[in-house]
Amino acid sequence: MVAVAPDTSAAEDRVSVASNWTLVWWRFRKHRLALFSAGILICLYAVVIAPDFFSTQDPELTDARQAFIPVQTLHLFDEGGFKPWVPGIVGKRNSVTLRMEWTTDPARKAYVGFFVQGYPYRILGLFETRTHLIGPVEANQRIFLLGSDRLGRDQWSRIMHGTQTSMTIGLVAVTLSVLLGVLLGGISGYYGGLPDQIIQRMIELLQSVPTIPIWLALSAALPRDWTPQQVFFAITVILSLVGWTTLGREVRGRFLALREEDFVLAADLAGASRTRIIMRHMVPTFLSHIIATSSLAIPVMIINETSLSFLGLGIRPPAISWGVLLQEAQNIQTLALAPWLLIPGLLVIVAVLAFNLVGDGLRDASDPYSH
Amino acid sequence: MTAQAGAPLLEVRGLRKYFPIVKGMFRRVVGQVRAVDDVSFTIQEGETLGLVGESGCGKTTTSRCILRAMAPSGGQILFRSRQGAMVDLAPMVRAELRPFRPEIQMIFQDPFSSLNPRMTLLDNVGEPLLINGMRNRRERTDRVAELLRLVGLRPEFMHRFPHAFSGGQRQRIGIARALSTNPRLVVADEPVSALDVSVQAQVLNLLLELQSRLHLTFLFVAHDLSVVRHISDRVAVMYVGQLVELAPTSAIFERPRHPYTAALMRAVPVPDPRASNIGGALKGEVPSPAAPPSGCYFHPRCRFADERCRRDAPPLREIAPGHFARCHLAEQLNLDIRQG
Amino acid sequence: MNPAPPLLSVRDLHVSFAMDEGLVRAVDGASFDVLPGQTVGIVGESGCGKSVTMKAILQLVEQPGRIASGEILFRRRTGPAATDGEEVVDLARLPSRGVEMRAIRGAEIALIPQEPMAAFSPVHTVGDQIVEALQLHGRQWRTDGGPLSRKDARQITVDLFRDVGISMPEQRIDAYSWQLSGGLRQRAMIAMALSCKPRLLIADEPTTAIDVTTQAQVLGLLRELQRKYGTAIIFITHDLGVIAQMASYVVVMYLGRIMEEGPVDDIFHAPKHPYTRALLRSIPSLYGRARVALPVITGSLPHPFNRPAGCPFHPRCGDVIPGMCTTRVPSLQNIAARQQASCFLYHDKADPA
Repeated sequence: MVAVAPDTSAAEDRVSVASNWTLVWWRFRKHRLALFSAGILICLYAVVIAPDFFSTQDPELTDARQAFIPVQTLHLFDEGGFKPWVPGIVGKRNSVTLRMEWTTDPARKAYVGFFVQGYPYRILGLFETRTHLIGPVEANQRIFLLGSDRLGRDQWSRIMHGTQTSMTIGLVAVTLSVLLGVLLGGISGYYGGLPDQIIQRMIELLQSVPTIPIWLALSAALPRDWTPQQVFFAITVILSLVGWTTLGREVRGRFLALREEDFVLAADLAGASRTRIIMRHMVPTFLSHIIATSSLAIPVMIINETSLSFLGLGIRPPAISWGVLLQEAQNIQTLALAPWLLIPGLLVIVAVLAFNLVGDGLRDASDPYSH
Repeated sequence: MTAQAGAPLLEVRGLRKYFPIVKGMFRRVVGQVRAVDDVSFTIQEGETLGLVGESGCGKTTTSRCILRAMAPSGGQILFRSRQGAMVDLAPMVRAELRPFRPEIQMIFQDPFSSLNPRMTLLDNVGEPLLINGMRNRRERTDRVAELLRLVGLRPEFMHRFPHAFSGGQRQRIGIARALSTNPRLVVADEPVSALDVSVQAQVLNLLLELQSRLHLTFLFVAHDLSVVRHISDRVAVMYVGQLVELAPTSAIFERPRHPYTAALMRAVPVPDPRASNIGGALKGEVPSPAAPPSGCYFHPRCRFADERCRRDAPPLREIAPGHFARCHLAEQLNLDIRQG
Repeated sequence: MNPAPPLLSVRDLHVSFAMDEGLVRAVDGASFDVLPGQTVGIVGESGCGKSVTMKAILQLVEQPGRIASGEILFRRRTGPAATDGEEVVDLARLPSRGVEMRAIRGAEIALIPQEPMAAFSPVHTVGDQIVEALQLHGRQWRTDGGPLSRKDARQITVDLFRDVGISMPEQRIDAYSWQLSGGLRQRAMIAMALSCKPRLLIADEPTTAIDVTTQAQVLGLLRELQRKYGTAIIFITHDLGVIAQMASYVVVMYLGRIMEEGPVDDIFHAPKHPYTRALLRSIPSLYGRARVALPVITGSLPHPFNRPAGCPFHPRCGDVIPGMCTTRVPSLQNIAARQQASCFLYHDKADPA
């Protein structure tokens, strides 16, 4: 064998025994921006797991007297040390419009703490606890880190809950469409013939119908008396029923190409069952690619949900999603009065960008054999 | 010569594979491509039969039918199973074929596509073992180590992925996988044509060595006549879906009886500048198997063709003991492969 | 000795690729001459640098590769007419996309690629593409050096098609490349390459993708055309048989370096470098002994990133001199009248250069 210096051969050995996933990781971590975006996504999904932990108060708590309170910016240091606080709020009734107008007053500090006790909730419906990441030191005080809406509900806490809904819908809808896409695309590509014809015509039909009217029609067909959970589930299914087609096509193409690969024929000649050929030889070879494609599909789903809810046809109050929150900002007058109600939109942008960057990074990293 | 008496390991009788030509929106069948048209031959146990021809001649389709990677349109593929009975593989369905799969294995042409890039050597080579019931991982590891040693690779490499190996090494891995189930017939489809010149000889030597050690039977499909001559006991030549000549290697290379065989041999550039052999090249092109010429398929390109060749299709006849040729003039012609 | 000055003279050419994994020296000091009307064969296995050398001559090395040093001296015509003089240019110094290089690529040096399917556009007829090239570069066809009319260019194309043995040329020039068989497509490619009467033709594995009987036709055709037009040819291949039949001078490359070069008869009948000798021994022959073990070159081709120190062939060489070949790189030196080898086995016998 070829003599090489020991250190290069050690490096070579590391590459030789590296599985595909290791190689993907090695390439992925070279993309700084994608890595940073992955960090953002991890934070967002932490919120998905326990939104109440991150909330400062019950998102449904209304108080008409505390409507349109502006953002109370969090300050971390006071009196020369670490002592987080938010400025207090002062209300004054406008003598012309007879509306309460709020301003922040840094002189009146309301101290906040981390891991404080607040309203009770359950993590994942399992453990009951009162600990929150952040909250007022005095238990009966209300703080509005991102202001309040027209019903005096805390926007920060509502965004936490909206994040849970919106991010979950994105993930679940994409998972469902991946399952549908892999199943139907797989059948189409592996068996060919009549099943292929039927599925391809179905995809063409679904793709030729404009998506927004489909959603509108399907969501309008949902019974009015369904619970928010039922609506949530129904919206997810609707989104994935429309969204699987692109992936289905892609999977079919991959199957068609892979069917011709010699190692697939080798497995066939060894006597492997069709299921084994598909699950052990075909799916793993394009799984990383599918994951990359799906991470690019999630933001589309999030946007779709947001648009539907914004139009009042998706998730409906009292359930909270980013779209529902943005519905609050539908009217120009409200916006002029309370521009902080657009913050959920900012979050949509951040999440979508993060997903796209991670997806791009994954796509570039997922094919280590490309060069 | 290994082609002695005794029941053959494989007997192909009248094998046919037609592909329909479809046209238009309704996929009407308007004709047939006769990719393999009435091919018959036998392979004795322990022998190597070389199957040569140019692209599109049907050699690959023939081998894929024998492997039952595709279903033949007609004919018989009689295989002597381990139990000694002759079974016809041609009409079998997937489930019926399963018990015979381990006995007929394949070596592929492209060492880059033939291994699953997502699996280690252990899993790649061990996959046929696992499929055929060797569930114990320890047992499988031992067997893979043994196989890797057999093909000249270090067993320590078994946890590596295919991307760590060169073309020649991958071809050895592919051979190890083909041998894992102790096959009796190995179909090698152009096993050295994708390899570098300096590595080809290594793989050819390995195949010869493995054959004598394990008493393997090879169907060796290739386009390179020098390679086929080097490895085969007998050689079969195909042209437009038909066998045109079948004979022991020395006989066919010393005195080919079919003008196509002779032309094929003359076309191989000799690695000797003093023996110039370009120029006497065959004229014209291979006809399409969808619309073959009348009479002898080779007559439009044959410089000996006469009226009978244009009119009557010649049968495959035994010209000398064990030497078959599909030519009306086989006895008269004195074909020499060395260009004067 | 041929008194004619070389048409192309490659001097100590280095081409390197800056990859993430490190610098790959794809061509590491190649020198050879191509005389007018001569066929030079460059033979080698994958990664030997034969294709990169060809790309360097045409200034077609793609990023991240670049010509690091060396000269590619080409004797070009100063004008379209036969009476015009010649001048020597260093192609390595010319900008890749510049006017000069484009003129040389089209009219003076033509390429026959391995896969003619990719070289022809599928949306134009084969004839149109040749006519266009003729109108752009084909002033050599007119004695006064003026531009060609479309009608003339078409007539020349028909004649070229007849020359390269395409039957029914008047009909075939209106065919699209995908309508032609592999052999015809390669013939049309040759017609296109010859259309501007190049003085140097680079054939990059032109018969690797086609069958053996068609290969024989194409090789015969190239030989015949060379005799007719007096074009010099650089023939790149991995097939020793093709080299023996086609080339008059052979350059043997291994891992970016020239191992040996010389007249074809010396390379095949008196090979000096252990690599050439081993390579020739290891190929099965149509006339040799069948079913016996072939002499092999042990080991495998090293990855370009892991090029061994010293002589690149030393880990696989049977005649390795320990301490010498493992550390020092042998230079290409004269070992016989016209034969050169880079091997320490011959360095003491070498003429003082």
